[in-house]
Amino acid sequence: MPEVQVRKNVLVLEEILHEGGPIGRKPLQRVAVLAVIRNPYAGGYVEKIEAFMDDLKPLGLEMARKMIAALGGDPKVVEGYGKGAIVGSAGEIEHGALWHAPGGYGMREVLGGAKAIVASTKKVGGPGARLDVPITHINASYVRSHFDAMEVGITDAPRADEILLALVMTTGPRIHARSGGLKVSEIKGEDGLR
Amino acid sequence: MSGDSRAKIRKIVTFVEETRVEMGKNIDPPTRKAAAVAVIENPFAGKYTEDLTELMLVGEELGELLTQRAVAALGIAGPSAESYGKAAAVGENGELEHAAAILHPKMGTPVRRVLGKGAALIPSSKKRGGLGVTLEIPLGHKDAAFVRSHFDGMEVRINDSPRANEIMVAIAVTDSGRPLARVGGLTKDQIKGEDGLR
Repeated sequence: MPEVQVRKNVLVLEEILHEGGPIGRKPLQRVAVLAVIRNPYAGGYVEKIEAFMDDLKPLGLEMARKMIAALGGDPKVVEGYGKGAIVGSAGEIEHGALWHAPGGYGMREVLGGAKAIVASTKKVGGPGARLDVPITHINASYVRSHFDAMEVGITDAPRADEILLALVMTTGPRIHARSGGLKVSEIKGEDGLR
Repeated sequence: MSGDSRAKIRKIVTFVEETRVEMGKNIDPPTRKAAAVAVIENPFAGKYTEDLTELMLVGEELGELLTQRAVAALGIAGPSAESYGKAAAVGENGELEHAAAILHPKMGTPVRRVLGKGAALIPSSKKRGGLGVTLEIPLGHKDAAFVRSHFDGMEVRINDSPRANEIMVAIAVTDSGRPLARVGGLTKDQIKGEDGLR
């Protein structure tokens, strides 16, 4: 099994007090943890890649724990999440898809029973490529106030034979959310959607 | 925070970058850099104002706040920081001099207070730009500017900043130099620490 080799980690913590409207009681926090790993499949087509998902699970968990630490240590403050990957130019988009299971696993482990699918995106790109990681509510995908996104990227990553892995979490709705739709108070919490 | 502070802060973003491997070599302990960036309202956007005192005082306030944030993000005590730098980007309705007012007259004292020392000039950069503009924060050793292993930089950007009437203000702090520094020059164990240069 290929070893997971991390070249660098980047943590980004946004604290949003307002966006031109009233200043609320508590700022919205968005946190992203990025890891740049060596792509074990770069440079040629490899048929069997699925096993790497298991190899990535400890990294997913480690990244999720860093996010909770950056948010102050209590996983209960987390209300939204998302994930993504940028595959360097010597890899293929399918390598980014390997992040779906371990990235989601890591966040669910630390959050304890989040019901909604983890919104995600991925692409192939060069160093400095930016990724708009989508964010939705952790228990009900349709909660409109929590639809959000966080743009991430690293100047010197991913190199051709690397993959940039991203996880993001938020602590609440958009700072001035007022576009209606399903509310947090209306969540049934049965199917992960509503 | 915004209520009792002089700076009208819209958001604060903290970045931590940790390098564990470079050119296949393990970096142990990893090199780490942190930057804290505040996005504030520019009180002088849109028209020429002669007296920039207000922004000088904002610089003093942010010098303390952002240095504390950056050091906390690294999880180290202030005096353990090795290099530092600062930068500002003014939105399109402001002028470069607004960045200068924040960065130069009063910001350094609180930065040095948080870090315990800091005999060296704090390297800086400034620019005017639109949303998502990149800030290249120069880095130099905080006690001796000539320490060659610590000449470095950190790039930061925030996709929704600075808006036209805003200013982005950044302070970066590290606990280390470049990952595989090997181009000679003054080393950190040779620092005399008297004049801020050597």
